[in-house]
Amino acid sequence: MPKHEKSTEGNDGSGDNEEGSAAENEENVKGTDKGRKRATPRTARSHGRGRARHGDEENEDDEDGTRRAGHHRHRNRRRGRAAGNEGSDSDTEAAKARKNQANQKSKEDDEEEEDGKGGKSGKGKNEKKVDKKPDKKGKKEKANKKKKDKKKSGSGSDSDSEEEPITEEELAKLKEEVEEKKKLIATLRNKPWKMKKKLSVLKEAQLFVEKFEGALGKGKGKKFYAYKVMMTKKWMKFQRDFENFKTACIPWEMKIKEIESHFGSSVASYFIFLRWMYGINMILFGLTFGLVMVPEALMGKPYGSLPRKTVPRAEEATAMNFATLWDFSGFAQYSVLFYGYYNNQRTIGWLKFRMPLSYFLVGVGTIGYSFMIVIRTMARNANDDGGGDDTSFNFSWKMFTSWDYLIGNPETADNKFASITTSFKEAIVEEQESRKEENIHLTRFLRVLANFLALCTLAGSGYLIFFVVRRSQKFALEGLENYGWWERNEVNMVMSLLGMFCPTLFDVISSLENYHPRIALRWQLGRIFALFLGNLYTFIIALMDEINLKLEEEKIVKYNMTIWEASLYNGTIPENSTAPPIQVDPADVPRGPCWETMVGQEFVRLTVSDTMTTYITILIGDFLRAVFVRFFNYCWCWDLEYGFPSYSEFDISGNVLGLIFNQGMIWMGSFYAPCLPAINVFRLHTSMYLQCWAVMCCNVPQERVFKASRSNNFYMAMLLFILFLSTLPAVYTIVSIPPSFDCGPFSGKTRMFEVISETLEHDFPSWFGKVFGYASNPGLILPFILLMVLSIYYLNATSKSYKEANLELKKKLQSQAEENKRRNKQKAQKSNEQEENPFETEPPKPKGGKQDESTPNQDNKKGQDGNESKKTGQPQEASSSQVLQHPSLAPSNHYPPQSQAGNLPPPSIAVTRPPGPRRYGMPGYPPGNPCFPGPQPGMPRGPHNYR
Amino acid sequence: MHICCLLNLSSVEKQEDTWDGLFYRYRDLAPQLVPLDYTDKPAVTLPYELIASMPELKDNPFRQRIAEVFSEHGDGNMTLDNFLDMFSVLSEMAPRDLKAYYAFKIYDFNNDDYICKSDLEKTVNKLTRNELTPEEVSLVCEKVIYEADVDNDGKLSLEDFQHMIIRAPDFLSTFHIRI
Repeated sequence: MPKHEKSTEGNDGSGDNEEGSAAENEENVKGTDKGRKRATPRTARSHGRGRARHGDEENEDDEDGTRRAGHHRHRNRRRGRAAGNEGSDSDTEAAKARKNQANQKSKEDDEEEEDGKGGKSGKGKNEKKVDKKPDKKGKKEKANKKKKDKKKSGSGSDSDSEEEPITEEELAKLKEEVEEKKKLIATLRNKPWKMKKKLSVLKEAQLFVEKFEGALGKGKGKKFYAYKVMMTKKWMKFQRDFENFKTACIPWEMKIKEIESHFGSSVASYFIFLRWMYGINMILFGLTFGLVMVPEALMGKPYGSLPRKTVPRAEEATAMNFATLWDFSGFAQYSVLFYGYYNNQRTIGWLKFRMPLSYFLVGVGTIGYSFMIVIRTMARNANDDGGGDDTSFNFSWKMFTSWDYLIGNPETADNKFASITTSFKEAIVEEQESRKEENIHLTRFLRVLANFLALCTLAGSGYLIFFVVRRSQKFALEGLENYGWWERNEVNMVMSLLGMFCPTLFDVISSLENYHPRIALRWQLGRIFALFLGNLYTFIIALMDEINLKLEEEKIVKYNMTIWEASLYNGTIPENSTAPPIQVDPADVPRGPCWETMVGQEFVRLTVSDTMTTYITILIGDFLRAVFVRFFNYCWCWDLEYGFPSYSEFDISGNVLGLIFNQGMIWMGSFYAPCLPAINVFRLHTSMYLQCWAVMCCNVPQERVFKASRSNNFYMAMLLFILFLSTLPAVYTIVSIPPSFDCGPFSGKTRMFEVISETLEHDFPSWFGKVFGYASNPGLILPFILLMVLSIYYLNATSKSYKEANLELKKKLQSQAEENKRRNKQKAQKSNEQEENPFETEPPKPKGGKQDESTPNQDNKKGQDGNESKKTGQPQEASSSQVLQHPSLAPSNHYPPQSQAGNLPPPSIAVTRPPGPRRYGMPGYPPGNPCFPGPQPGMPRGPHNYR
Repeated sequence: MHICCLLNLSSVEKQEDTWDGLFYRYRDLAPQLVPLDYTDKPAVTLPYELIASMPELKDNPFRQRIAEVFSEHGDGNMTLDNFLDMFSVLSEMAPRDLKAYYAFKIYDFNNDDYICKSDLEKTVNKLTRNELTPEEVSLVCEKVIYEADVDNDGKLSLEDFQHMIIRAPDFLSTFHIRI
């Protein structure tokens, strides 16, 4: 290797070469010397090996050293020439000499290090203690010597500099020296030394820098550096605080983290979903509250000014009763909470707020925003999924990086212990699932059977619902008074019975399937979802019937109104058209049934009762059960805690579905009851606290804690479906049912959406209306839709192809990793074989020679394709070592010293270089001992030159 | 003198207050033992019990290992130098390689320079407070060795460990102590 270097450097001058080789020779001698020294306490075998190894390392050192030296010399020379070639020869000579000295010294240092380490790990503990002290003494002595040396040389150089003005070259050298020291100071932190050594080295370096930076006129550098360091620290602190602040701003983050640590990510995923819902509802609430309710309450006509804003005379007596209010009738019905209260004035207040338009747009915007946010979240989650985790070190990372050393409070520590345990359990479940190998035919058969059973159940319950609804419609037509309690409440009873028993049945069925719990949860969710759709169906049917009834009623009322008005004016209308109308208390005016308010009330009642049911279920089913189990366990004949009732588990599927269907109700009803989002926000807020509390205090974790998929996309998909389903009836009622004639912001219009055309007519210039008319004709809209479909198709195709490419790459990576492992295994086997008969390959002399030849090649290669080998890491290394080396040399040369584990302490690698993996073939990384800048022989090394 | 060089060190390298603070923290552990004046380099060593009672370490399952690794004789008793060493390695500014090196030493319970299966078992048990069954523990250990053991010798050498740990996304953020 040195030869190679030289030949490339040949045109540099022969003197250099000679110098270089001399230095190397000396070092080689030193190296072997050292090897011998080190090996003495060991067995003969390790002796040879250790020496060989050392020779090798030394060589590497040298190689790098010379390369640098050459480089350096080159530079120096150039500078020298530029300065006018004065005395450059003598200078280089001096530099060489210094370099050699420096090398020697650094080697000594190395040795010392090595010895210290060797003593530490190789010998027993007792010996170590004894050994250490002299070692240290030695160190100190050495340090003292060094200082003395330096002083001497320092004074020498001082006198030198006094004698002759500093030449440019020397200045450059000095500069480099200072830079080097600075670098040392900067990188000192990275060295795994004891503080004492660091201190002494640092002091030395700093003294040097301080002394000579002044000479170079760069005293400000240190200050600036200190300032920079301080600023980076401040910046880091700020970032950290900002991070903390951001986390603190996420509501309930700590609660959810705590639950996650005890119950696993699957339960936490429900709470995260709940929090997400809360966010959505906050925005919906803001929309309806800010743009509809508040303007109407502030600027609209006050209560009692219009019939629609007054409680009718018949209800006045009970309007303030709690029962009435709880039912959302009475005063609640005639307030901003419901559709009917709003007036059909085009503008209200001094702001000329377009109330009907705002009402309509908020209704549409609510739905539009919900669609957008759900789809966007789904897309983002899909992105997250697509990238995927690097799971190659799943368990290792869990083991070595999961404990957070920052934790300094016992409660957090408890949580962390729990969460680590949970995450290990999750990972174990995943692992076991992936390992599970069973009779595939049996599993398949069971799964088909389970699906068949589930389908049968669903079809049966669907038919039951259909049948019951038909029957109830018939009863309703005949008049409910003729029937008993059962007939009147048949639908509700059937629905709740189904809701109670079917999920349990599905649970039993799913145990047949033997799925991974996460997938089982999805099936369970899907099935219950299908069941609940029946619920939704009956509800909508009932609502539609009700609406139709009200519409009929409205016609009659309208007819009656005219009669009433006629009776009021006593048939004097035509004459008195200019006279002030007769004052009638608005409470006495007859009014229509206002089906919109009825629908809104229906939804609000449903939401409230649903909330109450949930809370009561939690209190009884979870809390009382837990209390019972806990305290009656002392006086019961069997173990309640582990026996029959036991504590309840958290029912993820039921809770998620409850949340989703509740949200569907909100979307359906918020157009007719602007207060619905507010109620929902309240509900979600309280249920967050209640459920968090209930989970932590009355539930036990599931038997198999499993890891939830990181994205809640399955929940989201169900939510999207529900959103779609719930917008259908809302849009249908808006578009095709005429609004009531005497209540709500759209009264007097034939359809609600006419408010748009009205606004266009009144508030926009006429050309705008024309443009709008043209734009909305089918000739333009159809091509536009076509274009959108095409672009969707195109984007979809592209994303699919990307995904495929991604998968392909992942596969490649995986196969490569496996390949690596296989190779390593082969190598390990080979070395093992060799370990079995070590004496055959023992002869030390040929070994050393061979190595000298083989390592340079290897090194060169490494240098050449530095980047490549960095990328592919070991395979390259592995192959090169396999190809280039005689197999018998493998163990002694290649880094994993596994075959010599017994006698050669590996820390000689670990300690002599700060943990920088050499095997990546980092270009420019000195493979030698970096503890002191010794092995950079090109540098005029000595402080002793300058003092 | 000693303090003086400490300050030297700090002025360039670390924040002064941190180092000052560290000294006072050290002293607060045993005010009767540690003198304020370090000029004549008194050989003061604090026992492990005092070190482990620091709030930063009190709840750490590896506190004993940490103390042992950084102490002079591997017995957990610390001089001021060792103490500073410990917190400089565990500080936020310490480079990853250095941290990885010491993390390896911490997890190497029997000091044989390899993390072998018994070390892993100890680690798992400390992390989970013995809540996993022995089968689960051994499964986890096998998986770790399977994943991280590059050279297939059934235990993790420093290289294996580094190879694994430098890819870990949150090693740097978790392996540090703020003081």
